[in-house]
Amino acid sequence: MRVVGRKVERKEGRAKVTGAARYVDDLRMPGMLIGRTVRAPIACGELVGIKTELGGPGFTTVDFCDIPGKNVVSLIAEDQPCLVEREIRHAEEPVFLIAHESREALLEARVSLECRPGVPVFDPLASPRSFKDILIEKGDVAKGFAEAALIVEGEYRAGLQEHVSIEPNGVIAWPENGGIAVLGSLQCPYYVHRALMTLLALPPEKVRVCQAETGGGFGGKEEYPSMLAGHAALLALKSKRPVKIVYDREEEMAATTKRHPAIVRHRTGVAKDGRLVAQDIEVILDGGAYVTLSPVVLSRACIHAAGPYRCANVRIRGRAMFTNTVPNGAFRGFGAPQTQFAGEAHMDRIAEALGEDPVKLRETNALRPGDTTATGQRMHDDCSALEVLREAVKRTRFPEKRWKWKGTGRGIGLALFYHGAGFTGSGEVKLASKAALELTERGARILTGTTEMGQGQRTTHAQIVAEELGWPYEAIEVAEVDTARVPDSGPTVASRTCMIVGGILQACAKELKAKLGRLTPRAYLKRNGPLVVTKSYEHPGDVAWNDETYRGDAYGTFAWGCEVAELNVDPDTYEARLTKFTAVVEIGKAIHPVLAAGQVEGGAAQGIGYALLEEAILRDGRMANASMTNYIIPTTVDTPTIETVILERPYRHGPFGAKGVGELPVDGAAPAIVNALRHAGADIRRIPATPERIMEALCASR
Amino acid sequence: MRSAVAGLELLEPRSVNEALRMMRDRGPATPLAGATDLYVHLNSGTLKPRRFVNRWALDELRRIASKRDGLSIGALATFTDCLRSPLVRRRLPMLAAAAREVGGVQIQNRGTLGGNVANASPAGDALPVLAAAEALVVLRSTEGERRVPFSAFYTGYRSTVMRADELIVALEIPPVAGKQWFRKVGTRLAQAISKVVIAAVRDARPRIALGSVGPTVVRVPRTEEALASGASIEQARRILEAEIKPIDDIRSTAAYRRRVAGNLLACFWKETS
Repeated sequence: MRVVGRKVERKEGRAKVTGAARYVDDLRMPGMLIGRTVRAPIACGELVGIKTELGGPGFTTVDFCDIPGKNVVSLIAEDQPCLVEREIRHAEEPVFLIAHESREALLEARVSLECRPGVPVFDPLASPRSFKDILIEKGDVAKGFAEAALIVEGEYRAGLQEHVSIEPNGVIAWPENGGIAVLGSLQCPYYVHRALMTLLALPPEKVRVCQAETGGGFGGKEEYPSMLAGHAALLALKSKRPVKIVYDREEEMAATTKRHPAIVRHRTGVAKDGRLVAQDIEVILDGGAYVTLSPVVLSRACIHAAGPYRCANVRIRGRAMFTNTVPNGAFRGFGAPQTQFAGEAHMDRIAEALGEDPVKLRETNALRPGDTTATGQRMHDDCSALEVLREAVKRTRFPEKRWKWKGTGRGIGLALFYHGAGFTGSGEVKLASKAALELTERGARILTGTTEMGQGQRTTHAQIVAEELGWPYEAIEVAEVDTARVPDSGPTVASRTCMIVGGILQACAKELKAKLGRLTPRAYLKRNGPLVVTKSYEHPGDVAWNDETYRGDAYGTFAWGCEVAELNVDPDTYEARLTKFTAVVEIGKAIHPVLAAGQVEGGAAQGIGYALLEEAILRDGRMANASMTNYIIPTTVDTPTIETVILERPYRHGPFGAKGVGELPVDGAAPAIVNALRHAGADIRRIPATPERIMEALCASR
Repeated sequence: MRSAVAGLELLEPRSVNEALRMMRDRGPATPLAGATDLYVHLNSGTLKPRRFVNRWALDELRRIASKRDGLSIGALATFTDCLRSPLVRRRLPMLAAAAREVGGVQIQNRGTLGGNVANASPAGDALPVLAAAEALVVLRSTEGERRVPFSAFYTGYRSTVMRADELIVALEIPPVAGKQWFRKVGTRLAQAISKVVIAAVRDARPRIALGSVGPTVVRVPRTEEALASGASIEQARRILEAEIKPIDDIRSTAAYRRRVAGNLLACFWKETS
């Protein structure tokens, strides 16, 4: 192949490196106001009154009475208000908006909220309300336990992780064409489009949503911009001027979505020879105060909970609980990092209980082509659990280090995992995404609602199209994302950009090529006029899912990973110091090997933070460490050399065989590290494994 | 949310004497130098003072000089100045070690030793060094100069004996005999705030100071006494663990700080023997 698989230059690489790229905070429109959000000071209760001392003229203020449509942030459920009317369900909930030309005047304005506190629920186990319950059953767990020679139980907990993308959330909204236009740092322009139609009671053509250059998302700009865009739009409509709202780091951390904290309980029956004969798993997610995306996060969490293993008898029960905290939402991995951390930490405890080698236990049980997952999904030839495991073990000389380091304070641990690409279950069918190609004088222009946020969407999509057309990479442009000009390609989430939307674009390219015949683009345009080819997602006939029974093919395919952490524990400070991290992934086809490796390294680094350092601390439902000083992400000094190995076993329906890669690498880091800590003598069942927790574990076992 | 800056006033003296007159006549005013601590408050909207005296330009306070066999370090000497100074590296290597672990390079370039002292955070990285070295804080006002022993400088959490009209002009460090030792345990390996920080001098009369284990930086006289009189390190460690008063906060736990302080004491003793 000439373009796919090559390290072509990123489409927006030069603009980003030279500083020419313009982000929301760089942009200024004539007459623009700056907006500010006044937020609830308590986690639960009622709003009684709002007192304002604005200190001067020129302010625009907005409360829920200014909402022309429905006061909701439209998503799965319509339970979350855009602005509080009376009931307060979490601290930092938006109540009141003010805007002014001068940022200084805005900062000096005083708005105080009078509230009547209620009784909050912070513990998901004590919550009376579940947003969603899921049950996955395969075989008969009771029968499985009856056959078991050994039963191993454990409870594992994962903390509240913040995205910390380099650019926080930000938008500009302005009145346009009797409606509203929004330019924002966002992942899903059509989510915002729909939310604004509902909030403002506008028809689709009166709402235009554009994406500004976006400095990272990780899920933090999946559903939240719908809220923020609503706020800016309300201020813009009332003031009849453009309004910009950009969060600072503190507001971004304190008020926006995070990764769901999880409690995962395992009870596993094992035969004498190490075969898993029963897996009974309970998953409890802390959903926060509103539904947002919790049902689908729970779904992915549960589907991944049994891990990449063959077991005849599985029961997975999941619940996403209401609490009076900031709603938790999308975050790279979407539930799978939580449950695969628990599952893989549990596998090492099973190995320990059996007195067996953790690699051998995984080899015995790893899914192979022809095996079925907990939902009954049959594995095809691109099931690569054993391949990634064996490659990782060989590369790291795992058995030798495992034996040599025992009792020395050094540790090596691994995790085997998988990640389903694309929307769960029938999600892709329901989305019915579209993408288009427009013929240009020089080649073709990609029209999609899929967004570039640093992951390389523009580049990989252009590569797929160029390869299919047999044209040079440079002949392919990527249109700016603007809902007035590009079709709804579904949200930019779920590791679906390359595999799903890239697949639609490949189909567009095929059709475009057929239409052109032997004509050059210029000749075609001259003879026939403009040409746009639009295609919709076509669901493969051999991928079937049943929403009612929760059985079938949960995903078109899985990408596979095995990550290995090597570390030592400082005997005086209990700090885990990673010395080497190895990630072996099987992703179908790396369309751009450097971008793919970048995803793997970045995901591993984010997973390392999740495993060892990162935890939002809530006090009375408010984040007590909402700053980069006290919410600790790893620096380059805390991150070891990461060796990335990419294996390719093409997915039969992916463009050039590609699967999803974005989320996979974040799934394995935490369990690999926790298993390395176990090897070094610390029994850790809760992440992050801070030095404080490692100390407790080491000193308890002494 | 950020503090508004429009209502803030910045006074710009051209000499130390002018600065002192401003402190006397136009107070209350908060001296600022590198502003590295101040900006944290500005950013999080917790900045209380409204008037500031910018002393960054007062180069006469930036000198690091030999004073008898000790050192005089101007209050405006930055952490970068400290870690690059051959004098500091020779006579007070534990200060160079501490300076190297403050924030990142940008913070080291702006943050000053005087600012670290005046900010009075119990987590200030250089403070255990000054405590263990028995530094004198040189305070000056229009009325004259006084020298306060470091051990008498702090009166409680973020409070000092400094008067509103005084400026720190220098830190004087008497000659330090014996091996010096420093260790910072932060929330990560770089760009971190201390969870436990310790500086110590191994001498016939050992001197040990810790940060982040109480409301101020502390010396531990009972532990020092025990070691001076030949107690075993295990005994000294038990005394230390009882002598410090760490707390649970968002960065760490009291239990961790106590145990790690004990571990570090043992490291100090072993590595300087």
